[in-house]
Amino acid sequence: MTLDRRTLIQSAAGAFVLGVDAPRFSFAATPGDRRLIVIILRGAMDGLASVPPHGDADYARVRGALALSRGQGGIVDLDGSFGLHPALGTLKTFWDQKQLAVVHAVASPYRDRSHFDGQNVIETGALRPNGLPDGWLNRAMGPLGINDPKHALAIAQSVPVILQGRRDVSSWMPAQLPQVDDDFIARLKVLYANDPLFRGALDNAIDVDAVANASGAPMDPNAMRGARGYRFEPLARMAGNLIAAADGPTITVLEVSGWDTHQAQGTTEGRLNYVLGDFDKGLKALADAVRPIWDRTAILAFTEFGRTAAPNGSGGTDHGTASAAFIVGGAVNGGRVIAQWPGLHSLYEGRDLAPTTDLRAVFKGVLGDHMRIARTQLDATFPDSTNVAPVSGLIKT
Amino acid sequence: MAIEAALAAHRFGLGANQADLTNASSDPRGWLKWQLGSVDPALQAFAANKRSGDILRELPGQVDQLKGTAEGKKKIQEMGRDMFLGEMRPWMKNAFETKVPFLERLVWFWSNHFTISIQKARLIYFAGTYEREAIRPNVLGSFEDLLFASVRHPAMQLYLDNAFSIGPNSRAGKFTGKGLNENHAREILELHTLGVDGGYGQDDVIALAKILTGWSIERGDQVDNATGFKFFENRHEPGAKVLLGKTYSENGEREGTDALRDLARHPATARHVATKFARHFIADEPPPQAVARLERVYHATGGDLRALSLAIVDEPAAWNRQLMKVRTPIEYVVAAVRLLGGVRETLGDEQFKGLAESLRIMGQIPFTASSPKGWPDVASAWAGPAAIMERAQWAHVLASRIPQKPDPVRLGEMGLGALLSATTRAALERAADATQGLALLIASPEFQRR
Repeated sequence: MTLDRRTLIQSAAGAFVLGVDAPRFSFAATPGDRRLIVIILRGAMDGLASVPPHGDADYARVRGALALSRGQGGIVDLDGSFGLHPALGTLKTFWDQKQLAVVHAVASPYRDRSHFDGQNVIETGALRPNGLPDGWLNRAMGPLGINDPKHALAIAQSVPVILQGRRDVSSWMPAQLPQVDDDFIARLKVLYANDPLFRGALDNAIDVDAVANASGAPMDPNAMRGARGYRFEPLARMAGNLIAAADGPTITVLEVSGWDTHQAQGTTEGRLNYVLGDFDKGLKALADAVRPIWDRTAILAFTEFGRTAAPNGSGGTDHGTASAAFIVGGAVNGGRVIAQWPGLHSLYEGRDLAPTTDLRAVFKGVLGDHMRIARTQLDATFPDSTNVAPVSGLIKT
Repeated sequence: MAIEAALAAHRFGLGANQADLTNASSDPRGWLKWQLGSVDPALQAFAANKRSGDILRELPGQVDQLKGTAEGKKKIQEMGRDMFLGEMRPWMKNAFETKVPFLERLVWFWSNHFTISIQKARLIYFAGTYEREAIRPNVLGSFEDLLFASVRHPAMQLYLDNAFSIGPNSRAGKFTGKGLNENHAREILELHTLGVDGGYGQDDVIALAKILTGWSIERGDQVDNATGFKFFENRHEPGAKVLLGKTYSENGEREGTDALRDLARHPATARHVATKFARHFIADEPPPQAVARLERVYHATGGDLRALSLAIVDEPAAWNRQLMKVRTPIEYVVAAVRLLGGVRETLGDEQFKGLAESLRIMGQIPFTASSPKGWPDVASAWAGPAAIMERAQWAHVLASRIPQKPDPVRLGEMGLGALLSATTRAALERAADATQGLALLIASPEFQRR
């Protein structure tokens, strides 16, 4: 058996269980060790359903059958102008604690309506699809000084575009198969020595597994399905355990899909209600798991674009433009909806909520104020964005 | 020659199988071309399965009867699951045993190009019929026919919502107040024909959506054909439509066939299809000259898919000795089972469940893609750290469950032929035991690549 890093870390964890003070990496204890969790809402979340602008005089008229009522069981009011979908109970709690900020009428620079191009733009931070070869979080690793791949983690089977790039990163999913022994790993390393793709992937997996093992994240495959068949909630809980573990990741990416509600979108029941419920419960699970580092954590959730303001012909909504973004966490200066509200009386191209805030301004605001990246470096992280000022005040000072 | 036989079996086929390598050995290209002249055995194997017309005729009544009670709802779910598993079992068995693996790869390629997914719940009844009825019979015909078959099939009609799209000014639209659903029209332009940079705009999406209003499906006793497709004149948006600068005057269902034919023959479609085809068989970033050659073949033959398939066999870049592509999980699992001798006689319950579970863990159960774009066809999507570790674990589990373990070195020589690297051979020779050796073989880079 080779005594590699994996073995060392596992032994350390074992010692800890036995009551011996295990050596810990100093990284996690550094004051100002701030954590960023990015959640990509894939499929185009309907911002007018999740954060309904019920104070807009045209809201009920424009939304038609998809308008939420203002009464009991309907819109949960936030500030008299905006509310939350009733499935977002956890977010309301964070709002009351001033740990949730919403940026509304927000969109990336992309104005066509392809999911795949739209997601490419929000992940690369480019002006147009495939305008940059790498993801903005990977570029941000430079100014953040992240050199260890396991400190930039995707909770996914493959690394999403937002984290792809020049710097090595990691991906992790809960183990569903028996772990292989160290001898087998050592032999695989030899086998993969001449194949950079396989070698790099294996090395990263070994490092992250060590953190996951130390975190006590449950490895029971049955834990992967929560109440109501929720998928995100159990995954978010495991991710949270991993993030809060010693030597956990500085930046983490999660994904939630199911937002592409072309048909039977529903209001307080139906497809969107279900996805919102999973997302909301997942945020609670995530927040509970990272409680020890909550004060230093910001969660940023956003989508590739919004959906049409009016229902389409089949009780759903088609691809639109502006949507809403959520910023949640102990580090967040919340209790506010930030929007230059364009109004529903004048829709973009006669159909969509008009965008008034550039999503990159939100990214820059969070990276700048929370992760302490200087403005010049923010502008370098997002080329062609010098005229896009960061949204300020999202983070507690 | 030896290396070309191995490339034919792995890059163009479904992986290592002694018969494949023997058949390919004397004339690798000829073996592949021979497959293009063969009858797809799956068409016959699946002949007794229900057709989508039957399902649309019978199912709605059954569902209506059952859905009133909790027990009935459970029954409905079981029905769907049973139908899907009933389709998947022969599908997998065919993949393990087919003697025309290149043909099967073409079916998978086009099935993925025109993706449907049971992530949309009601599709569970139609996943099998879709591939059998719309894709399989057309993979060596014209792209146009394949496109028509896909657009008209109930699975696609339901998956991308065209079945519910109603012309706002049609009689049905005026009566119900319902309107357009542009989902299918957009994906036809973006994913199935022109490609996202194919030069269309939002106006074109709406025009095509209007053109396709009325294309829908029938249910219950009204179903009068094998697939269940029906054109509803009263839902069709009246008037002329302008798509890509061309005016399609009011012509009912014919508007759609005319527009789809024009899209199939569009130069942007030739480029889009050629690029994806080259990416699938050559490399994630295929050489531009190879794409251009395929594009010319598509263009010159009016989208003849047999000609395109012959062209990829004759494409020099497709015979690059370096294994550029990483197998998707389905390709990987199928190749491993073929390597180990396929499935004897019937695919037993336990084996089937185990393999389905393997695919679930690796994230690629057939017909469950998470978006209309289908499964990604690049290594970055399948060879991330978590995935590579999972594959290693899976290889280990699989190897440990083989009852009579063959010699790993000999199996490697048989299955990978000239592709077996010196590094891997040395690792197999040095393996602690046969289980570890087999696991290393299955986890080796050359076995995970093609």
